[in-house]
Amino acid sequence: MKPRQPVSRKRDDQVPIPGSRNLEQRWRERDSSISRGSWWDKILSPTLFMDKHPFFSHLQCRECGRRYPKEVVHVCEFDFGPLEAAYNYEAINGTLTREKILSRPRSMWRYRELLPIENEPTVGLQVGFTPLIAAHRLAQKLGLKELYIKNDTVNYPTLSFKDRVVSVALSRAKELGIDTVACASTGNLANSVAANAASAGLRSFVLIPADLEPSKILGSLVFGTNVIGIQGLYDQVNRLCSELAGKLGWGFVNVNLRPYYAEGSKTIGFEIIEQLGWRLPHHTVVCMASGSLLTKIHKSYIEFSKLDLVDSSDFSIYGAQATGCSPISTAIKNNSEMVKPISKPQTIAKSLSIGTPADGYYAIRTMKETGGTAEDCTDQEIIEGIKLLAETEGIFAETAGGVTVACAKKLIENQRIPRDESVVLCITGHGLKTQEAITNKVGKPKLIHPNLKEFETLLEQELI
Amino acid sequence: MSTPVRIPTPLRKLTKNQEVVDAEGATIRDLINDLEKSYPGLKERICDEQDNIRRFVNVFVNNEDIRFLNDADTVVKAGDEISIVPAIAGG
Repeated sequence: MKPRQPVSRKRDDQVPIPGSRNLEQRWRERDSSISRGSWWDKILSPTLFMDKHPFFSHLQCRECGRRYPKEVVHVCEFDFGPLEAAYNYEAINGTLTREKILSRPRSMWRYRELLPIENEPTVGLQVGFTPLIAAHRLAQKLGLKELYIKNDTVNYPTLSFKDRVVSVALSRAKELGIDTVACASTGNLANSVAANAASAGLRSFVLIPADLEPSKILGSLVFGTNVIGIQGLYDQVNRLCSELAGKLGWGFVNVNLRPYYAEGSKTIGFEIIEQLGWRLPHHTVVCMASGSLLTKIHKSYIEFSKLDLVDSSDFSIYGAQATGCSPISTAIKNNSEMVKPISKPQTIAKSLSIGTPADGYYAIRTMKETGGTAEDCTDQEIIEGIKLLAETEGIFAETAGGVTVACAKKLIENQRIPRDESVVLCITGHGLKTQEAITNKVGKPKLIHPNLKEFETLLEQELI
Repeated sequence: MSTPVRIPTPLRKLTKNQEVVDAEGATIRDLINDLEKSYPGLKERICDEQDNIRRFVNVFVNNEDIRFLNDADTVVKAGDEISIVPAIAGG
């Protein structure tokens, strides 16, 4: 069986684009700081950056394929394309086996050959390996035959998938000798950077929009981090961090450490495959803010297929957004590859409120190439999604999880996801972090005196 | 009229490590063309072969993304501050 996306498989092996030498020659001549015969020869040498670490070989521009050393760098100097961690799959192929994975502790680090660090991990050793729940009751409600919830609401230590990316970023930050870490965040990432930096003994700064949910602000403050509330939108916080990253010698996990950080998300996909019994799900639904998580789950499925850890088979990936901030799903619905930014996101799903999604373009391509699509939902549908998941499966998801459930429901109703194939919903954060969103939406306690008769009367009236 | 333009780290090799450089022009497009005169090679990094600003480059006039204004034709006034920022960040 062949995967549905031959193009993306090919891209994983990409090398500098054909014909790019002419352009490089011109740049070399123009850029006086790049001396002839040194920098470019290094860049074009396939083995230079494959140093003592046999698996994680180098960083590579996703646009033009140029190679970069494994340093604090995140965009290509030539086209501003994102740098991506590249691996020596040949070496991994003989080393990482199902048996070896199964013999290791139950954390995301059981796949460490496919994570971009050089030595043993030092931060977040207990992160990951969250439950994959066979969701029979929700499946029944949605009219599905086979449904699973990847439950990152119980990820360690801060109850969201962000602990995965942060443990990679901070492990790499320590390898690179960085002593201060920071991030731009809509809340979950700030919580995770604060907690993991505290336990790693790193100084941290978290920059967030000042109007985040109080639980998410408290959930950073408690770790003794420096919480900087920015009077502006997330995209403005992000821009500030991009400018600061160029000025300070700090590691901004989702800016100048982004190539390392983003790879942590792959472990959700590795775990899904392993927990399904070394099998790919037919359909995976993921919420989208920047779109990075969706592209990395795709990468994880491709990597495990490439390494024969799972049989290649067709799979589709679907993205979920809130209608009040849906630049990626709007582009998909308009059949466009251009993501039109949203200047003022308006949704209760604040963790997904990114108006200018960095990986929007790649998320769109991933969905199209795998035969998936995107959907979006209203705030009311988000609340109903949270309640549906809670009432059927006993899982309390944050607003982003409500988005995933609500959009999955629509995709099933619209027959984009067939009812008789396996479906996984990625639920990425805990509902205790966004309680404000459902206050007064889930009823109130029924008050009585401690009295048998009052309880019996209540039962008769309310038919609980 | 001279306008200060903030240069991102990946391009500072071309501006002799200057973080902020001055450029002349009435629009963003003019400014980029003027920057190319002072710092040859800069335009090619910011714009693609069709002269459009590259997908992964964000340009701000004061605090506003030019995609919310008039893209490369956005008019620049005296006192404005221009920033060129890599788009790949966050999330």
